Amino acid sequence: MIRSEILREIAPILRDQLVVCNIGIPSQELHAIDDQPSNFYMLGTMGLASSIGLGLALAQPKTVIVIDGDGSVLTNLGTLPTIGNNAPGNYILMIIDNGSYGSTGDQPTYTGKKTDLAGMARAAGCDNVVVVQDVDTGPALQAAIEGGQATVLVVKCDSGNAKMPVITMDPVIIRDRFMKAVAS
Amino acid sequence: MSIDKKIVDDLVANDVSFVTTVPCKQLAGVIDEVDRREGIFHIPSNKEDEGMGLCAGAWMGGKRPAIIMQNTAIGVTINTLATLIQYYRMPLPMLISYRGELREPVACQVEMAVHTKALLAQLNIPTYHFHRQSDVEELDMILKYTFMCSKPVAILTDANFWGGYGDQ
Repeated sequence: MIRSEILREIAPILRDQLVVCNIGIPSQELHAIDDQPSNFYMLGTMGLASSIGLGLALAQPKTVIVIDGDGSVLTNLGTLPTIGNNAPGNYILMIIDNGSYGSTGDQPTYTGKKTDLAGMARAAGCDNVVVVQDVDTGPALQAAIEGGQATVLVVKCDSGNAKMPVITMDPVIIRDRFMKAVAS
Repeated sequence: MSIDKKIVDDLVANDVSFVTTVPCKQLAGVIDEVDRREGIFHIPSNKEDEGMGLCAGAWMGGKRPAIIMQNTAIGVTINTLATLIQYYRMPLPMLISYRGELREPVACQVEMAVHTKALLAQLNIPTYHFHRQSDVEELDMILKYTFMCSKPVAILTDANFWGGYGDQ
């Protein structure tokens, strides 16, 4: 499966949760598949989805699901020790690990070679790291939501992008409706 | 009252309850004070752009954030300031140690100091420079201004403000 197929499958699970979604095609795909006010789409700032989600999870009690990518986590590796030492039970970091920089033309990342993100997360202090194959994402995500324990979920899948339109929504509107969903 | 305590008192009085820090010798006392305060959640970051991401999330979660960092970090965070904090219109007080100014013992620090105000000006970031200890009296107003206008705001605090640096 490619990322868009996974997102389509887990959309019913994501719909009722606060979601912070990674820059580029992942946000475009989520926006096109099931736009919700409870989705925070990153339009720029590669690498910070996991950090934004962590700040949000620490500030309020609702479950926060971060949809991140292997390339974006690699660009902000300092996030893993911060998560490992601080993440509360309502924080789920789901890394769609397709071994490539999808938004820029599927150039390979190091996770498609020797680098093991799950091992790095464990070494950084993340206690609950789960690795699943694409087809098992839904049950694993549901278990993480119900588990109430900070979770790093690494989803191994194929490289590839769906053709989706660019998000043209104003960033302040994205942020404002998201904050209302957080507060509701 | 110590200047460290005064700064953190102002943060608390303005409902700042989520503070991320990247270490600095000049700011060590403030960071210790932040860590001690019950009303503040202190989360050290490994890099300043990561810290700004944490602050953005905390603000959307209903808490007022602040970041404490060195001015060298302006070089690290320009993209984050432009495409996250400013683009989504979020408030962010940045208490910054202004290394490389008067009474600085390390020459390399001057290399970023000479760019600091120019970069902040290029980003249209309101910038305040604390040079004398009495300048701290403006902090309360600066914090109110930051949350009023929902912008990143820089507070540069130089070595003279802190009463010298190291053995100088």
